[in-house]
Amino acid sequence: MTVLVLAEHDLGALSPATARVVAAAGALGPVEVLVAGQNAVAVADQAALLAGVTRVRTAADVGLEAETLAPLLASLAADYTYIVAVSGGVGRDVIPRVAAKLDLMPVTDVTAIHGPDRFERPIYAGNAIETVVSAQSRQILTLRASAFLPPPVAAPNSAPIEPIADAGSTAVVRLLATHRTEGDRPDLGTARIVVGGGIAVGSAEGFRLIEALAAKLGAAVGATRAAVDAGYAPNDWQIGQTGKIIAPDLYIAIGISGALQHLAGIQGAKKIIAINTDPEAPLMKLADYRLVGDLFTVVPALIEALG
Amino acid sequence: MQKILVAVKRVVDHNVRIRVRPDGSGVETDNVRLSMNPFDKHAVEAAVQLAEQGQAAEIVVVSIGPKGATDVILTALAMGAHRGVLIETDEKVETLAVAKLLAALVREEKPDLVLLGKQAVDDDSNHVGQMLAGLLDWPQATFASGIKVAGEGVEVTREVDFGRVEYALPLPAIVTADLRLNTPRNAALPMVMKARSKPLAVRPAAEFGIDLAPKLKIERVSPPPERSGGETLTDIAALARLIADARAEAEIG
Repeated sequence: MTVLVLAEHDLGALSPATARVVAAAGALGPVEVLVAGQNAVAVADQAALLAGVTRVRTAADVGLEAETLAPLLASLAADYTYIVAVSGGVGRDVIPRVAAKLDLMPVTDVTAIHGPDRFERPIYAGNAIETVVSAQSRQILTLRASAFLPPPVAAPNSAPIEPIADAGSTAVVRLLATHRTEGDRPDLGTARIVVGGGIAVGSAEGFRLIEALAAKLGAAVGATRAAVDAGYAPNDWQIGQTGKIIAPDLYIAIGISGALQHLAGIQGAKKIIAINTDPEAPLMKLADYRLVGDLFTVVPALIEALG
Repeated sequence: MQKILVAVKRVVDHNVRIRVRPDGSGVETDNVRLSMNPFDKHAVEAAVQLAEQGQAAEIVVVSIGPKGATDVILTALAMGAHRGVLIETDEKVETLAVAKLLAALVREEKPDLVLLGKQAVDDDSNHVGQMLAGLLDWPQATFASGIKVAGEGVEVTREVDFGRVEYALPLPAIVTADLRLNTPRNAALPMVMKARSKPLAVRPAAEFGIDLAPKLKIERVSPPPERSGGETLTDIAALARLIADARAEAEIG
């Protein structure tokens, strides 16, 4: 019943989402972690510390592109009952390809594990939840990290790290350019506090105000699809059905009316505070706390009041 | 390139507020408005733009579903696709079987490029493009927000967790469309009329000899937990206290 979790990492750092997924996957069996791509060796050291990990396998010469990563995962599948990835950019890209190669139906965006073969996942932008039972010999899954708890604090583990022999492969696609959104804010998917801005923020300059409040609170910054489409915020800030899914302890929604596709991304938020001029906006109605007012007056005053 | 294949799906219109059936058997789809999956519209639009730029000679649009799914093929034909194929089945087909049917059609049609929406807004799976690429062993570019023909291949901008990346792909390839790829056109009435005279082949799914039996069992569909409305605050000092408390809780958390 061994589980292989594909590590998600960026710039040499293991993602906090991977730690959550490793902890959640512990319910399925002993967990091994695969770290592929650039910086695999440095990331493997971090993965080896996670509680419950029995082995870390590295494949530094295999790129994170689906064309190279999927054959590697498929070739390792025989050793595992579960292949699990974070439901992020890399996991969503590669997991269905792996599943097809193995002639299996994957279960993706899992938000709850109810046994070895029973999983919950949202459909219709989170407006319905389906319980899926898989009688397949092997389960190929992606887990929404935001739906699972961070790992409890435990004594550091020191799982053995083993490189996979002959794992190199030739790239099929060629990377031309990378456009990285600058910033040192926490990861949106796993942040404990998120400050989000909508179309009412009005401009990229307006978003500086949202960022200032987030900085004050050590929070991640998010945006609605409308704000991203308008060019006020970068695409990787988008929260919603087609963007990132968040489940913070506190979500502060500023100038956001609450389109269905945005609400799909925030259903896991434990507490929602909404600030908007329109008390009838859908998000104002479902927020735990609401304040009616102009964001350009309220937010600076709030930053001031927070000291 | 010679040919682009675009796959489209008929789904519950994204503006419809869906209702879960009280017996937990699924989402009510009777008597609700159905239309083309929004992401697939971006895929069709991308294909039509490539054809308009003289970069593609023919656009074939395919859908898998019951007779009624012809509607979304007609929508694509009205937007500018040249020819349609309906792979007809009344059964619910899982994403892997969809990918296998499409792979069979790709082997017949031999397109240079297959465009699909990145996910369907009913089951939100986000599988088919990647599965099709895996079955065919073709390169894939998912979550595309830009596409152009360059030399013998395509250059695609992909939306990723930390921003955007640009890749060059050799053809044939699979590209899945994200929302910022383009703005899909609304077909003018003459185009809608013209669409009805374009070739549209209806082929029973059974003809492809693929096992369509589901591998997963949907045990139950339930509505999400409800959120009840909260408290209205009137002053900023109270809001600041509330946030400070919540923040302290999150830190202990």
